[in-house]
Amino acid sequence: MSEYAINCIGLNKRYGKTQALDNLSFSVKQGEIFGFIGPDGAGKTTLFRILTTLLLADSGTASVAGFDVVRDYKALRKILGYMPGKFSLYQDLTVEENLTFFAGIFKANIKENYYLIKDIYDQIAPFARRRAGKLSGGMKQKLALSCALIHKPVVLVLDEPTTGVDAVSRREFWEMLIRLKKEGITIIVATPYMDEAILCDRVALIQHGKILVTGTPSFITGAYPWKLFRVRSNNTLNLISQLKKHPDIHSADMFGEYVHAGTEHGKLNTEAIHAFLEASGTVMTEVSEIPAGIEDCFIDLMRKENE
Amino acid sequence: MRTIFYIVQKEFLQVFRNRMMLPIIFVIPVVQLLILSYAVTFEIKNINLYVVDNDNTVSSRSLLEHFRSSPFYHITGQGTNSRLGMEYLQKGKAHQMVVLLPGFEKNLVTGAPARVQVINDAINGSAAALMNAYTMSIISDYNKTIITRVLPAAASPMNVCWSFWFNPELDYKTYMVPGILVLLVTIIGMFLAGMNVVREKEIGTIEQINVTPIRKYQFIAGKLIPFWIIALFELAIGLLAARLIFDIPLLGNIFLIFFIASVYLLVVMGIGLFLSTITNTQQQSMFLAWFVLVIFILMSGLFTPVESMPQWARSLNVVNPIAYFIAMIRMVMLKGSGFQHVSDKLGLLFIYGIAMLSLAVWRYRKTT
Repeated sequence: MSEYAINCIGLNKRYGKTQALDNLSFSVKQGEIFGFIGPDGAGKTTLFRILTTLLLADSGTASVAGFDVVRDYKALRKILGYMPGKFSLYQDLTVEENLTFFAGIFKANIKENYYLIKDIYDQIAPFARRRAGKLSGGMKQKLALSCALIHKPVVLVLDEPTTGVDAVSRREFWEMLIRLKKEGITIIVATPYMDEAILCDRVALIQHGKILVTGTPSFITGAYPWKLFRVRSNNTLNLISQLKKHPDIHSADMFGEYVHAGTEHGKLNTEAIHAFLEASGTVMTEVSEIPAGIEDCFIDLMRKENE
Repeated sequence: MRTIFYIVQKEFLQVFRNRMMLPIIFVIPVVQLLILSYAVTFEIKNINLYVVDNDNTVSSRSLLEHFRSSPFYHITGQGTNSRLGMEYLQKGKAHQMVVLLPGFEKNLVTGAPARVQVINDAINGSAAALMNAYTMSIISDYNKTIITRVLPAAASPMNVCWSFWFNPELDYKTYMVPGILVLLVTIIGMFLAGMNVVREKEIGTIEQINVTPIRKYQFIAGKLIPFWIIALFELAIGLLAARLIFDIPLLGNIFLIFFIASVYLLVVMGIGLFLSTITNTQQQSMFLAWFVLVIFILMSGLFTPVESMPQWARSLNVVNPIAYFIAMIRMVMLKGSGFQHVSDKLGLLFIYGIAMLSLAVWRYRKTT
């Protein structure tokens, strides 16, 4: 068995005219939490479906836990835990029945593996007799994770597990993932949330079926090529257009009520920006220098890629 | 084996949790039997007759009296003008018109041919043919009484006796009910089983199932067994209703009927499951299943005898499972046929079932 839990080389998948995966290669070490960050349609789900033996790639190879996804699919299905992006448990079965069913078809013993899911299942256990369809979004995800874990998988594949889930449940969910990692389970997770990216050991930024960059979150943010300022004004749209007029400001992007402005290193400081904006008559309330986040890196890389 | 058990258990949980299911299982068989077997009949009753008597003699009145006393005829109008009768036919107020011309009695007495004109509304061809046959037999009866009165020696020297076997009273229900039982089993088998798989596709649960180590044959078997049991249960309810409500004879072995049904279900469920593997939504699957089912039903011999279909249609019926089952269930229920009488058909049906199921397992893809 290789040291990699997941290893993909040159994966291609095309749907008609759309290149869903474009010569995609990456590898995930054992016991890592590996995050895929990218917009809708970037190819995350396609990739995950290939890794979980549900879809055949046009070309390229992929292996998970040492098993080839095409040749050894039978063995692979026994040790894989998969949570599709769409809730895929039986809505008309109760919480308990869903868990029993999935344990049954994996020939797993619920008691033996209960320690794995205890932390999350205990939270939904009071609703054991409730139908899965009547659970809240967060509880549904916890149940889905429990069902994906009950056979003690070696690799866990989670496709946007926290989309549409409240903030508290999201945090609990990630705490759970970190505990699972300690059990030695390799986790690969897709997420559109940048704040979840920092919780991964390594992340890959993906767009148009290509990986833009792979690395630890700190490596990626450290590689951000610009000096970043956070500016706030009472008129954000006007602020962006003003900032873009400055020759040393490379980018200006809206982040909630703030605007993040990337500038050439050594050219500007907060006072200079302040002065520049004041001269143009913009009423601003705040300028400060900040470290780049994953999202800043992502926007920057996407822009480069599109150029 | 245990895996199949878990799937079967899950299916049963889901079926009985579905609020529509129980009424479907218990009410549909009874309603279908009640409506179809009482309403769908080929017997012609209540023929609306318009009579035109331009002779108005003892003889002509006596002939019309024959019609009047028949329970099948209802004299809807009478006159001396056939134009009015034509109007009745046009409007649909009369199904048939009988016209007696002047000189009817005179011709009878003198030995010249006495003409009777019969006009049928033949929009429904088979109904018109039946009406015509009834009328002809009334007229020929009348004819015979006249001949024997005039010429006693002319009484028919040949004495024909007939009897109707297996359905001595020619009761239409005896013929229909076994066929309707077949329909019931078919609908449950083909629709519920097939629709169930597509439903998993539609709501996405199949995605989770496909990543598990469930084997294809286990999945298909797990989907098949619950509906196989439900369909046989339906048959039991249907047979009970047939016995209690319609008093349909059950001459053969009831276990043989269930055995035939079990084999038959392999075929229809195989077809249903196969259709579900080539479709993605319940709508598509429903449409395809209906398409197949309507052809199978109309060609099955349920309503019209297979023997009177053209040769190509009879050849086509080789792949019509409903035709096999209807033929067999009528044989067993009404004639009391035993296993050796149906074994040929049953063997073919069994091979057919294995083929359809293999096709469904083969076509079901866990990977796309």
